Amino acid sequence: MAEVKTKEFVPASRRAVDNPQLQAALKRAGGGFDSARMEAIEELGEERWQELRERARRIKEHTLENLDYYLELLYNRVTANGGQVHFAADAQEANEIISELALSRGAKTVTKSKSMVSEEMGLNHSLEALGIRSVETDLGEYIIQLAGETPFHIVGPAIHKTKEDVSELFADKIDRPGLVEIEDLAETAREVLRNDLLQADMGISGANFLVAETGTLVIVTNEGNGRFCTSSPRIHVALTGMEKVVPSLEDLAVFLRLLPRAATGQRLTSYVSMVSGPRAPMEEDGPEEFHLVIVNNGRSRLLQDEKLRGALSCIRCGACLNICPVYRKVGGHAYGWVYPGPIGAVIDPVLVGLDKAKDLPFASSLCGACREVCPVKINLPHMLLTLRSRLMEGDEEGGSKATLMDSAMGRGYRTLMSSPAMMSLARKVGRVTQVAVARKGWIRKIPLPPFDRWTRARDMRAIPKESFRDIWDKELSKENAQPSQKGRKGEKP
Amino acid sequence: MASQSTDPKERIDNGGEHVSPRALLYVTCLVDQLYPEVGVSCVRLLRRLGVEVEFPKDQTCCGQAVFNSGFTNDARHLARRVLDTFGPLLEEKDDTYIVVPSGSCTSMMRVFYPSLFEDDPDLQHRATELGSRVYELSEFLVKVLGVTDVGGKHAGKVAYHPSCHLLRELEVEDEPVKLLRQVEGIDLVEVEQARTCCGFGGTFSVKYPHISEGMLADKLENLKASGASTLVGCDVSCLMHMEGALRRRGSSMSALHLAQVLESSEG
Repeated sequence: MAEVKTKEFVPASRRAVDNPQLQAALKRAGGGFDSARMEAIEELGEERWQELRERARRIKEHTLENLDYYLELLYNRVTANGGQVHFAADAQEANEIISELALSRGAKTVTKSKSMVSEEMGLNHSLEALGIRSVETDLGEYIIQLAGETPFHIVGPAIHKTKEDVSELFADKIDRPGLVEIEDLAETAREVLRNDLLQADMGISGANFLVAETGTLVIVTNEGNGRFCTSSPRIHVALTGMEKVVPSLEDLAVFLRLLPRAATGQRLTSYVSMVSGPRAPMEEDGPEEFHLVIVNNGRSRLLQDEKLRGALSCIRCGACLNICPVYRKVGGHAYGWVYPGPIGAVIDPVLVGLDKAKDLPFASSLCGACREVCPVKINLPHMLLTLRSRLMEGDEEGGSKATLMDSAMGRGYRTLMSSPAMMSLARKVGRVTQVAVARKGWIRKIPLPPFDRWTRARDMRAIPKESFRDIWDKELSKENAQPSQKGRKGEKP
Repeated sequence: MASQSTDPKERIDNGGEHVSPRALLYVTCLVDQLYPEVGVSCVRLLRRLGVEVEFPKDQTCCGQAVFNSGFTNDARHLARRVLDTFGPLLEEKDDTYIVVPSGSCTSMMRVFYPSLFEDDPDLQHRATELGSRVYELSEFLVKVLGVTDVGGKHAGKVAYHPSCHLLRELEVEDEPVKLLRQVEGIDLVEVEQARTCCGFGGTFSVKYPHISEGMLADKLENLKASGASTLVGCDVSCLMHMEGALRRRGSSMSALHLAQVLESSEG
């Protein structure tokens, strides 16, 4: 399984906001994806878009409720088409299945198209440990593989890299110095990768969708590497999370309209590859073997979780990352595991363990922009609240993860607000205490946590002499209502 | 609870005879303690529009601060208080509403209270009933009273900040703008990325100040570029966040709650 660094969220996010180059990249990339998405939706029409979102949400809801049925149907169809289906309970088992396939077929070089599940598994490391070369063929993935990094973004794994970074990487790692222009860099990558693709014994792909009724694997790409990976090598292994299944081709059509628009603002990606098994006896092209590895890796925990199940509807478009003001500040690596942004803050804690990722559900201002853009209408902010509650109050899995300080704050606040009398008492204490720091109704610095964190960048209102209820008692309760059917402009009441 | 007309116009006119609606002001703890002038403007504005205003004095906090921090039990306790304080008053008389000068406290009561009582159908029912009678101020004016021209004077360029919960939990987007457009002398300006969060997020602002400050800086940059001299919003929490930073930076831009602008007679 990929290394879990979710506990590092606080220091990692601090480093990110203090890194000017990263901030510039985030501004560039997030905004670009997001405005492309908005233009694509505008072209389609808002009403049509909303209709598609609702249909997609329903299809996913139905499929998840009957997942066992559709997985069985998929299994039967893929098998009937001549493919082999493997079920992997976790990342380790998935790695073992693929290693076994690669070793038994004598594979020396494996080429990969983009797969987030393979990131969960840490597949490249697992293969390399066996002496098998594993080459990422998506340009962004290739760049971060050379850099020894993990994806920064679900759709654009290398959006944090500038062309200068890539130029340096190509010089250092593949001995192609002196490349400056993006076109030259891309051309070089194409040439190098093409060579690997032609040599590969095994191609590994992800899956955007799996159509149960036909046993079809659907891959949505722009670079053509996916089609190359799935058709040229002798063996094609497709990796997928168990939630990727959709019932029918008709359902697929809904998602093929949503995904590219939500992800990159495209009407359709350059390639939509549909694979229904290995080369048939009468066919000349295509792989000899087709394997589908369906990975659970914690997903059944989400499936059983009534409040969070909806997160399995995610089609990995990345729209929630692009709109999220928190992601746009901290970037993808700060989250510390495979899925960043709002969707990551919801699913990572369930997939890696809530105790290991307790900072993530709090990494949101709960602004709800993610829910608004989500093409399958996942209620991400409410799911974050559910996780926050489980962290502080405990759940079936375990007790509260609240620190003593956390609990004291919660309980203290409740006590403070337990009656108007308590509130005015606290007010009196506050009024007396603030004399030391308040100037003309404002406070510049409070050297007391958590207020010191507020006054780092903001002045704070001092507690005024009278509260609203004081004024109500003194004046407002005695003023009479002046009924009128319309507002009286300009008159003092 | 007695049935009532759902068409605001019909109720206001009621066949020619005026019936004055009754507003139970839920002033919010923040307004009560730190921004009392906003509460005063609310009361005067509502009264000017013929609304009978009451201030149930047992009210404290809606519980959102603890709820958003994960302290569901503490939040439930405070929500229970609101149900006990306001529930009976709502039943006393037809045409009674809870009016709140805050989108986020309104969403706490309307959207989240029912979820706090999932194990207690009776309380959940009470919470849902209460939720259906809670209105954020601009929403109350436009949807219940059916008015957009409520008076008010304000000279100068105004940037309206749509706060997130108002926008995305309550889906109140046009109402505040419609009201502001009718204010005498006002010049409403466009703000880039207007619908983006200011970075407040309640305890988020002190839990992850480094992220909150980054979001805030972007917001202030866009506000500054808009050329506005006044920032107006429907939540003092977000306003307090932005105003605090504007002051820290020595900006001359001031912040006002919608109620203050609508109530103002001195532009």
